[in-house]
Amino acid sequence: MLSIQDLTVAYDDTPVLTDVAVNFNAGKITGIIGPNGAGKSTMIKAALGLIKAKAGTVTFAGQPLKASQQKVAYVEQRKELDLTFPIAVRDVVTTGTYGKLGLFKSPGKAEKAASRDALAQVALTEFANRQIGNLSGGQLQRVFVARAIVQDAELIILDEPFVGIDLQSETAIMTILRAWRDAGKTIVVVHHDLNKVSAYFDELVILNHGIVAAGPTATVYNAQNIAAAFSSDLSAVLFTPQEVTS
Amino acid sequence: MTTVTTFISALGKYDFLQSALLTAIMVGLMSGIIGSFIILRGMSLMGDAISHAVLPGVAIAYMLGINILIGASVFGILAALLIGFVAAHSKIKTDTSIGVVFSAFYALGFILISMAESATNLHHILFGNILAVSDQDILTTAIVLAIVIIFVVAFYKELLITSFDETFARTYGLNVQLIHYALMLVLTLVTVSALQTVGIILVVAMLITPAATAFLWTDHLGKMLVLAATVGVLASIVGLYLSYTFNWASGPAIVIVAAAMFLLSFIVSPKQAFLRFRR
Repeated sequence: MLSIQDLTVAYDDTPVLTDVAVNFNAGKITGIIGPNGAGKSTMIKAALGLIKAKAGTVTFAGQPLKASQQKVAYVEQRKELDLTFPIAVRDVVTTGTYGKLGLFKSPGKAEKAASRDALAQVALTEFANRQIGNLSGGQLQRVFVARAIVQDAELIILDEPFVGIDLQSETAIMTILRAWRDAGKTIVVVHHDLNKVSAYFDELVILNHGIVAAGPTATVYNAQNIAAAFSSDLSAVLFTPQEVTS
Repeated sequence: MTTVTTFISALGKYDFLQSALLTAIMVGLMSGIIGSFIILRGMSLMGDAISHAVLPGVAIAYMLGINILIGASVFGILAALLIGFVAAHSKIKTDTSIGVVFSAFYALGFILISMAESATNLHHILFGNILAVSDQDILTTAIVLAIVIIFVVAFYKELLITSFDETFARTYGLNVQLIHYALMLVLTLVTVSALQTVGIILVVAMLITPAATAFLWTDHLGKMLVLAATVGVLASIVGLYLSYTFNWASGPAIVIVAAAMFLLSFIVSPKQAFLRFRR
């Protein structure tokens, strides 16, 4: 279980998140939804120590997350990468072994075999030697999921993994996420499209600078919470509209 | 072609030319390798900045009579730290911070040089003086080359991942700052070595042009390093030949050859595919 306590993050002096406390359970796929600028990515990045938090403690399986870095895989938003970098798909996946290898050790046979296996799991074997800029958005996202497979992490965090990708890739990624869940891992997905929330996530965290609601998707994904986090208009579109009084 | 034979027979005759060639080859190798990481990290401007910022260190080393590598390293790292500090502790963007810091260091260097030594030395520092390398210089350059190769071999994986995906490196606990400053230190050492062949002003060309040329030919980092080193060496040899034959300054000669190789690659390399588009 990933546990975030009293997390406060501010950019300059503008608070983004204030006193956030939330748990992400093992063996569940948990979605984080909320309007643009709600602090979804910020919460993840602060939890991972990628940006500085003003306050807060983050633990995984009872240990401070800082001490469990080898157990974490983070798949960030693809836009932040240099796609012209001279690196092949297979080598990107192999970088997933770097954390466990430590300094002064190069990936050997076992690491390369693990990369091949992970690429097969996301159906990209035939693209192993391609430079990464020559892939579609969906294929690229699968490469980074393959890297997370190689990391063999207990906690996997994905930031907007389904943005701008094809259906085949989305399905392939969901299959992997479900396999991880069934293996008892903790999976956290920042998500902005509300359409597939019920189909994809076992549990849901609804965020808007603070926690609006958190719990099993069936319980918290309702008109009231969406209205509170987004707008009543959106809520009315998504859920069977009750009598709209004007 | 007679000039080539003249050059080769001169090589056999003159020690100074042999020393020049050896130094040029070593500098070509190391600047190609380190330059590859500089361009892949989008740090071309930083490379330019560090190469200029070592000037006060060179001047102080002259004054105190110590090895210029030490003086230059201190100021190179100081500049890198200051650039990082200013960018991190203000709303100023990194490229602006680089501009402010390196021009200040460069200016300070000019003042110190004019206090320390004659104008000849300044000219040599700015434009290189490869025909006057001492045995001591060759030894220093060889040590720097060894450091560069050991650094890149030992930290290949770390240099690759911090250049390609720094966020990922941070999530698995790699000290990316340490890698950054280690690279800046090695860059400073390379800069000082390259001072002898191309001079401060053109060091950045030796870092960037061979690496950029190699980038056009390959999609594999390891191959890019080898290719960039090869281009650096070729440019150094041909440049030295032109410098000797036509009495050109060595720095501009070497850099022009490197630029010509880039131009050729730009037109014919498969990645650029310029010819295919033109058809």
